[in-house]
Amino acid sequence: MSAIGHYLEAAGLPTVSISLIRLHTEKMRPPRALWVPYELGRPLGVPNDPTFQVRVLKAALALLEHTDGPILLDHAEDAPARAAGDAGDGWVCPVSFPAPAGAETPAAALKREIASLKPWQALAEERRGRTTVGQSGLSIDAVADYVAAFAADEATRPPLEGVTEAEAFKRLTDDLQAFYQEAATAQPGHGGRHVDVLDWFWDQTQAGQLLLACRERARDSGDTRLKFIAERLLVPQLARARLDL
Amino acid sequence: MARIEDLPPAFAEHLINLPCAEMGETPCVAGPPLARRRVAIVSTAGLGRKSEGGFNPGDADYRVIPANLPAGDLTMSHISVNYDRTGFQEDINIAFPIDRLRELAAAGEIGSVADYHYSFMGATDPTEMKAAVESLIGPLKADDVDAVVLIPV
Repeated sequence: MSAIGHYLEAAGLPTVSISLIRLHTEKMRPPRALWVPYELGRPLGVPNDPTFQVRVLKAALALLEHTDGPILLDHAEDAPARAAGDAGDGWVCPVSFPAPAGAETPAAALKREIASLKPWQALAEERRGRTTVGQSGLSIDAVADYVAAFAADEATRPPLEGVTEAEAFKRLTDDLQAFYQEAATAQPGHGGRHVDVLDWFWDQTQAGQLLLACRERARDSGDTRLKFIAERLLVPQLARARLDL
Repeated sequence: MARIEDLPPAFAEHLINLPCAEMGETPCVAGPPLARRRVAIVSTAGLGRKSEGGFNPGDADYRVIPANLPAGDLTMSHISVNYDRTGFQEDINIAFPIDRLRELAAAGEIGSVADYHYSFMGATDPTEMKAAVESLIGPLKADDVDAVVLIPV
């Protein structure tokens, strides 16, 4: 972000950067920057809080009046705790997954889990008027079929044309995570903490278990890009630290 | 939360050790009062139109986001999984505050909102984006932009 500020300003365009990692901004010294104390992924602080977001944006824009840079200002306003359950006591997904009927394959368990979450993901989509699921262009059931098959056999090819296997793997596994995230955050009692969704997904869901299996499978692949994505771009660091991966 | 000391040690160490290019200082360009400025967003969140392909590791190019793009047609394909996406799922303005800019323009606090906004994918070494950033200068100036808000994710 800081580099882009240097390049544009050098060409005569006034810039101001929002900074999430203060250390990087200190090192790269863009012309104007506002450091904000928010979670990565939330540079404006709080979703669906226009008043809060406007305060951040106005603080950043106000720096444009300065010509005595480099200037790095700290934005003092922390993001508020947002709901009961945001006090660090965690969130429990209120949807209990039905017990399997007899011996069940991992693929069937995944499909059953997805079926129980579909009403919540649909509710999220209806409320928001949009969804972030669908980067692969496949239905969530087709995504589930691929993930379960790959978890069992790394020779399984993704059902996407025109992209590399590694790119397809990334889009499909991103879709699966986005579906679960949207379903989780639509449920009553969810306090809006992203870490709660992460813990639930990687500790308690069949989808999380199968993605961990995919990660192990991909390590046996001869495709170095696929291995890189599986090792580095599949399981978040927060979850890897907890799972000791 | 974006305080490095609050992050998992392995991720914090990665961020601390991430090479940051020495870029010296670039003099600040002056402009008209904020109330007369035309503002564009340049994001590194890996945003783009759903109809386009997503970003892949190493991509140093950008996507164009028309100001009137419906929120449902905006997608985020940043390759990293080490940041929150649930905020963006709830509200695009958490990373792409286009509605907030419109409100500020309507209130007369900024002059206007640019017709076009842009996004890179921030996992790529930013010095590799130099040519792509410089290719944006013409379109930004042609859109009469004189204020760029740079927003990471």
